[in-house]
Amino acid sequence: MENNSISRETKLEEKEYKWGFTSDVETEVFPKGLSEEVVRLISKKKGEPEWLLEWRLKAYRNWIKQDEKQGEPDWAMVEYPKIDYQDIHYYAAPNKSDSPKSLDEVDPEILDEFEKLGIPLEERAQLAGVAVDAVFDSVSVATTYEKQLKELGIIFCPFSDAVKNHPDLVKKYLGSVVPYSDNYFANLNSAVFSDGSFIYIPPKVKCPIELMTYFRINTADTGQFERTLIIADKGSYVSYLEGCTAPIRKSSQLHAAVVELVALDDAEIKYSTLQNWYPGNKDGEGGVYNFVTKRGKCSTRSKISWTQVETGSAITWKYPSVILQGDDSVGEFYSVALTNNHQQADTGTKMIHIGKNTKSTIVAKGISAGKGNNTYRGQVKVLPSADNAQNFTQCDSLLIGDECGAITFPYIEVKNPTAKLEHEASTSKVSDDQLFYLMQRGLDEEEAHHMIITGWSKEVFKELPFEFAVEAGQLLKVSLEGAVG
Amino acid sequence: MDKSLLKINNLKASVTETEEKILNGLNLTIGKGETHAIMGPNGGGKSTLVNVIAGKDSYTVDSGEIKFEQEDLIEMPVDERAKKGIFMAFQYPSEIPGVRPWQFIKASVDAKRKFEGEKELSVREFSKKYDQNLEIVGINQDLMKRSLNEGFSGGEKKRNEVFQMLMLEPNLALLDETDSGLDVDALKSVGDVVNRMRNDDRSFLIVTHYQRLLEHIRPDHVHVLIKGKIVQSGGYELVKKIEDNGYESFE
Repeated sequence: MENNSISRETKLEEKEYKWGFTSDVETEVFPKGLSEEVVRLISKKKGEPEWLLEWRLKAYRNWIKQDEKQGEPDWAMVEYPKIDYQDIHYYAAPNKSDSPKSLDEVDPEILDEFEKLGIPLEERAQLAGVAVDAVFDSVSVATTYEKQLKELGIIFCPFSDAVKNHPDLVKKYLGSVVPYSDNYFANLNSAVFSDGSFIYIPPKVKCPIELMTYFRINTADTGQFERTLIIADKGSYVSYLEGCTAPIRKSSQLHAAVVELVALDDAEIKYSTLQNWYPGNKDGEGGVYNFVTKRGKCSTRSKISWTQVETGSAITWKYPSVILQGDDSVGEFYSVALTNNHQQADTGTKMIHIGKNTKSTIVAKGISAGKGNNTYRGQVKVLPSADNAQNFTQCDSLLIGDECGAITFPYIEVKNPTAKLEHEASTSKVSDDQLFYLMQRGLDEEEAHHMIITGWSKEVFKELPFEFAVEAGQLLKVSLEGAVG
Repeated sequence: MDKSLLKINNLKASVTETEEKILNGLNLTIGKGETHAIMGPNGGGKSTLVNVIAGKDSYTVDSGEIKFEQEDLIEMPVDERAKKGIFMAFQYPSEIPGVRPWQFIKASVDAKRKFEGEKELSVREFSKKYDQNLEIVGINQDLMKRSLNEGFSGGEKKRNEVFQMLMLEPNLALLDETDSGLDVDALKSVGDVVNRMRNDDRSFLIVTHYQRLLEHIRPDHVHVLIKGKIVQSGGYELVKKIEDNGYESFE
C-alpha cells in the first residue's frame, strides 16, 4: 500500500474537501462530487496539456448550464430515480492492491458465468481483473500483436497515452464528431472522462487483426466515463470489438461513455459491441445506467458499420449514429437489444444523409422478456444536399411472455425529393407451435427458445466476427435464463 | 415378456382451450416392429391422437393411460418423449427463421445421444450421415441452405420431416398425414423410406386419409377411427373395404 489515505466511503466537509484535492494529489480515489476543481484535478492527475484542460472546462461550464436549464434529457422511454451527480466519484486511479491476485480470489459467481459463456481459461483471469503480472500468457500475446501493429504504423493505445504521445491527432479530432455540448451525458463525459481507447490507422493500411478492448484491459483503467476515438485515415480499414462478454459488476451505477469514429475518404470502420454490464437483480434493484453517445462521421466513399448486441445494464440509452457527409458514403446499424426482468432499453440509431448517393441500412431487433421494456428509436434524416440518398430500415420485436413490451419510434425527415426510403417493421412472439416442433425433436424448453431467438437474431449476428457471434449467442442464452421454462 | 411398445387404455382427451372432447375412450396397442395405420374421416381425432402421444399441450388428457415401453407417458415432458424415441412427422411443420436445418438436426441428434449417454457425433460423422440420408429422401442440398422450412413447398416440408425421421432413427414414428399434398413420386419415396426403416424393434403409426401411401407400405394393422374411438381394426384388407364403402358403413 503506497498512499491510499482517503477511502472510497469517506465523506469530507466542504473545507477539507478542497484542501484534500489541492494538496493530496496522490490520492487514488477522489471524494464524491463534481466541481471545476475536480475537473482541473482530473486533468492534472493525467498530466494533460493546457488545451485539453480548457476543453474539459468549457464542457463542464456548459454542462452546468444545461443542468440548470433542463437537466437530464427526459424524452427516452426509460424510468429511473433522479441521479445525484454530487454523489459520484469522478476519478479513481487503477488500484492494483484491490485487484484479485489470482482466479482463486475472484467471486465464484462470476467464474461460473465465464464457464457458461465458454470463455477460454486464459482470458478469464483478465476479464475478472486479475492483476496483470499474474497473467503471463496474455501479456506475451498482447506484446506480439503490439509489435505487428507498430510495424504497420497503427496506433492502438489508452486514450491518455494518445494525449501524451499523439497530441496533434487527438487535438484535431477530439469533439469533431460529438461536440462537448452535444447532449447532457456527452457533455458530462467531456468534462470528466477518465480513459478509453485511441486508434489511428494510417492511409491505405488494412488492420490485419480485430482490435479488441479486452486485450489491453489491464493496461488502462476504463472507468465509467470512457472516451474512445477511432480515426481511419484515407483508404484504411479497421474492425474494432468492444466490451466484454463477462458480467463485470461495476460498483458505480452511471456509465456515460462517448465514442467518436472518423472515417476519412475511402476508409471503413466496423465497430462491434457486446454489452453485458450488470442488469440489476430480478426485482429491478441495482444495475448499470448505460447512457452512451456513439457517432461516426463518413467522408467521401467511406463506410461506418455499427453492430451491437446489448443484453446488459438496467437502462440502456444509446443511439450509435452515422453522419454521411461525404458523397457515396455508407452507414450501417445492426442491433439486437434484449431486456429481461426489469431492464429498460431505449436504443436505435441516427443516419444523417448530407452527401450525394449516400446509403444507410438499419436492422434493429428487440427481444423483450420478463417485465423488460424495449424501445427502438431511430432517425433517418435526408438533407436537401443529399441527392439520391437511400435508406432501408427494418425493426423487429420479439416478445417472450405477457408482461414485457416493445415500442418503435421511427423518425423520418426527408428534404430531398430524390431520396428513397424503405421501412419494414414486425412484432412477433415465439409461437407454441415452434416450441413444440423443436421440443418434439428432443430440445428442452430452454434450448428450443434459444434456437428460435438466435435464429431470429441471425441477420445481426452474421455481421459480427465469428468468435464474437458465438459468444453473442451464449450471451443471449445466459441473459434469458429464468425467462423461459 | 410384454412385446408392446405403446399401449393406450381408454384414453379421453380434449382441446385445452375450448374443452371440446375429441378422444372418447380410445384403446390401441402397438407391438415392437409393427406398422399400424389409422384411417378415418376429418374431425375423428386422428391428428389429436398423434399429438397427444407426442405431448402437445394444446390437448388435455382427461382420463385413461398411455404407456410407452411400460412407462407412463402422460406426465412426461415433450422433449423427454422425443429422446426416448418417439418421433412425430408433422402435418404442418413450423418455420424457424434463421435456423439452418443442419444446425437443428445436429442439435436434435446430439440431444438424443446425450440422453442415451453417448458422445455427440463429430461434424464429419454427422455430415456423412446427413448427406447420405438427404440423397435417400431425394432432397436437394440447396433447399437445406435456407432457414428451416422457410420457403419450402408443402411436399418439401414433408420430405424434410421424413428426412429427420431417418436421421433420428426413432423407436416409434408417428406420421401425421405425411402423404397429403404429395405427388406420386414423393409418395413413393416416403413409402420407400418407411419400408427401409422397418425392423423388429421399430414401430410406425401412420395417420392418413387415403390408401395411396398404404399401398406402398402395406401396414400390419389398420384401424378405423371415428368420433374419438377405434371402431374397427383389421389387416390390410380393411383399407380396401374403406375404399369401396367409405366410412359410413363403420358408423
